[in-house]
Amino acid sequence: MAGNADVKDEGLVFHPMDQFIVEPLFGVGPVHWYTVTNVTLWMALSVVALLLIMVVGTSKRALVPSRAQSIGELAYGFVHKMVEDVAGKDAVPYFPYVMTLFMFIVLSNFLGLLPMSFTTTSHIAVTAVMAMVVFLSVTIIGFAKNGLGFLSLFWISSAPLALRPALALIEIISYFVRPVSHSIRLAGNMMAGHAVIKVFAAFAGVALISPLSVVAITAMYALETLVSFIQAYVFAILTCVYLKDALHPHH
Amino acid sequence: MATKTDVSMSTCIDSYGSAIGMPQLCTDWASNQIFWLVVTLVAIFFVLSRLALPRISAVISERQGTITNDLAAAENLKSEAAQAEEAYKKALEDARFEASKIIESAKAEIKQELDDAIEKADADISVKASASEEAIADIRKDALVNVKSVAKDITSELVTILGGKVDAKTLTSVVNAKMKG
Repeated sequence: MAGNADVKDEGLVFHPMDQFIVEPLFGVGPVHWYTVTNVTLWMALSVVALLLIMVVGTSKRALVPSRAQSIGELAYGFVHKMVEDVAGKDAVPYFPYVMTLFMFIVLSNFLGLLPMSFTTTSHIAVTAVMAMVVFLSVTIIGFAKNGLGFLSLFWISSAPLALRPALALIEIISYFVRPVSHSIRLAGNMMAGHAVIKVFAAFAGVALISPLSVVAITAMYALETLVSFIQAYVFAILTCVYLKDALHPHH
Repeated sequence: MATKTDVSMSTCIDSYGSAIGMPQLCTDWASNQIFWLVVTLVAIFFVLSRLALPRISAVISERQGTITNDLAAAENLKSEAAQAEEAYKKALEDARFEASKIIESAKAEIKQELDDAIEKADADISVKASASEEAIADIRKDALVNVKSVAKDITSELVTILGGKVDAKTLTSVVNAKMKG
């Protein structure tokens, strides 16, 4: 912690990671589990955005939807179709859970694109919890619905008998790696783009490079807008794929 | 965020308030994040499952129902229109048939009347013609008688002028003989 006082005196200072610091919203002090932090603020804003889009926007229940209502209906239709197509008709009861994850991630990602904002989904702690929730619930659903038959997910009956133990080992490893890749994919994507934007922004302090820097930030921002949606989509669709494995473990 | 803080609050922040390494991996805040995440997800889940999703699904199914109803109604109206057209065509056909019948009967009537008139006229003409013929015959008969008397008169005059004597009996017989010849 000490010994880097000289960093502050340099002309070009990079702090691309400072935007990810969790800090108390009111005053200073240690961050306890109950402390109201910037995490709280931006997660609350995502709930507010959700209320605006999905509840206030649809409050008229118009037969011919307004713009806000179409967004809500589009989100509903998008996720509903995804659950139905990827995980199957019998996965529809789990649609609200997938919708919860999708809406939270997509709203947090887009809120994180606002300047000076805090991207809650860029933290492993957040994405790992969601990934673990998905992993555990999918495993529990798998065993609850199929009993020990769920284990046939790892026993690939279409492969030659001699290969099956080896394949089972690989399948088991890949199954347990799922939450890791599931969480790191989202957090990594969100973190990388934001950090890169910050690095470019730091370069804007140099007059000579600043036009290039602004162009680069604009381009990165466009890419990040795309990534924000795609990562939410990927998270949701992978959840559906895992759900499908749990409901229909037989290959 | 680079504001200087006197108290180091975390092992992940240096004394200047900058991040050490990757704050995303800092475990100091994990409990805080997890707590608020759970609160947020529960809130979102309840908003969605209690309010938003039932409402949107109701709106969508209602719209679907309305569209289906409207399509059915349109189908009904279409068949009704087809029926009306059919009825109209039939009425037109009937009217045409009726009109042709009326024309036919009118024609027949007119022809009948004409025939009657012609017949009557023919009868009149024939009656008149026979009367005329009679009159002509009478006139001719009269003329013949007159001719005889005129001939007698002329003959007697001529005979008298020539110095003869007229015998009435002879005169009549001569004139009759001449007129027969």
